[in-house]
Amino acid sequence: MASPNSATHSGLGLTNGVAWVGGAVIDATASFGAMSIFFVQTLSWLVRRWPSRPLLVASLYQIGVRSVPVICLTGGFIGMVLAVQSYYQFRTFGMESRLGVMINLSMYRELGPVLAATMLAGRVGSAIAAELGTMKVTEQIDALASMGASPIQHLVAPRFLACLTMIPLLTIAAVAMGVLGGAFYCIYVFGVDPYFYLQNAQQGTSSWDIVYGVIKSFFFGGAIAIISCYRGFHSSAGAEGVGRAATISFVQSFVTILVLDLFLSIGLDRLHDALWGQGAVV
Amino acid sequence: MNAPAPAKDAKKALVAIERLSVRFGTQTVLRDLSLSVPRGQTLAIIGESGCGKTVLLKSLIGLIQPTSGRVLFDGEPLGGMSDRQLTAARTRYGFVFQQAALFDSSTIEENVTFPVLEHRRAKPAEARRMAVDRLRQVGLPESVLTKKPAELSGGMRKRVGLARALMMDPDVLLYDEPTTGLDPIMSDVVNELILRTTELGGDDNPVTSIVVTHDMHSAVKVADRIVMLYPVARLKPDEPQIVYDGPANKIEKSSDPRVTQFVHGEARDRLEELQIA
Repeated sequence: MASPNSATHSGLGLTNGVAWVGGAVIDATASFGAMSIFFVQTLSWLVRRWPSRPLLVASLYQIGVRSVPVICLTGGFIGMVLAVQSYYQFRTFGMESRLGVMINLSMYRELGPVLAATMLAGRVGSAIAAELGTMKVTEQIDALASMGASPIQHLVAPRFLACLTMIPLLTIAAVAMGVLGGAFYCIYVFGVDPYFYLQNAQQGTSSWDIVYGVIKSFFFGGAIAIISCYRGFHSSAGAEGVGRAATISFVQSFVTILVLDLFLSIGLDRLHDALWGQGAVV
Repeated sequence: MNAPAPAKDAKKALVAIERLSVRFGTQTVLRDLSLSVPRGQTLAIIGESGCGKTVLLKSLIGLIQPTSGRVLFDGEPLGGMSDRQLTAARTRYGFVFQQAALFDSSTIEENVTFPVLEHRRAKPAEARRMAVDRLRQVGLPESVLTKKPAELSGGMRKRVGLARALMMDPDVLLYDEPTTGLDPIMSDVVNELILRTTELGGDDNPVTSIVVTHDMHSAVKVADRIVMLYPVARLKPDEPQIVYDGPANKIEKSSDPRVTQFVHGEARDRLEELQIA
């Protein structure tokens, strides 16, 4: 039988547990609220004053152009891995020629946008958080503000615009490479008939599937930019603080991408049904 | 003991604070401070590390929001200003940061011309000419324009920071530890530059300077007036945080042992407190 003391201890443990959960919920809510305000401030600056061309071009180059090799490599390998993983299952049923539909649909709608965004949350998001975090701890952000300039206008707005435009383009590149990678492996390694592979792939997918993935990537890009800039701006002091900002930025971006993916998938399917009816091919 | 009354001449002063307190979580850094700085005065704020000097300096320009009390610039409370008014007020300040805070991805030219390109929409050639003028004023050649901050020494970076702060012909210059980390000769060069910049506006519009420093030699050399802050954690609840406020040349004669300990750099009881064997 439990002693009165152990009952008191378990009561205390429960209280502490509830307090911990409550504290975590309050922190998460406050953080979400602060990030939403940060997002609104960024939009407000974009309406009031467009970022200068040199700042925008530098961000487009850093975020877009420099990510092309890694994103193409990622996309190509995802397509090939999909081919390897699916080929034996499809062959059992004699459906190898249908592999193209499965690979292309996966790339267009899910794997392309989600894996490209995850890759970019690591490459671009962490770099933004670390760069802005370093600027914060070396007082460069304070220096901007002290000169009457808005740090959000100069540092966040160009990165936000660059992520918003470049991440969908990079996703298209990743998807294209995935489609090519899958086709290459199926046709040249597994010896699937190219005519039926390509014909089935074309018939089984639609323009909507491509638009579907690009719309998702647009939201993923915005989320990566806001989370990484916010984390950089709120980095704590020292190398450890900057490192933590970069890590938290990636983790939060990754979780946000997955959560957004679910809601966007539901929303976009409903939008498709509302516009063109259930099962319609667009 | 009552808290010190707000400075009577706060409205006439160019920069003033009234019953300013700043807390970070449970830690109080500034407690009920009132101070006013008349136009043209050079004020040095001294005190040991962690007493809130930099927090005070950043509060003066709105980089840190006070927990209570207010900051006045030219008679107007900073807290009541719109974004546009605050931006306009900040263009009348120049801030020289402890580590210069130059934008490390930009060249010296981009750093120094930034304020005039941002606010005056100056043409690049004109901005460059102004940058060369200001760099010469602080003893730097035109050739540094194309360099990145990482290519310069600490003293050069501080002088570039000063040149950038001078670009908008400010009414108030704020210096955060301007001589920290410099050799004695370069420290004196910076002190001389501070003295010369106070004369830039002439008799009609003299520059007001507020210098945060640990360096007593520097404080006595550049300042008309010295204010010494004491860490809140070491004060009794009713003691004021300002332990000296007076002419720079009289601080040596202060009867307050906390002031003399700092001025003469004596460890005294701190060795025991820190449990150093």
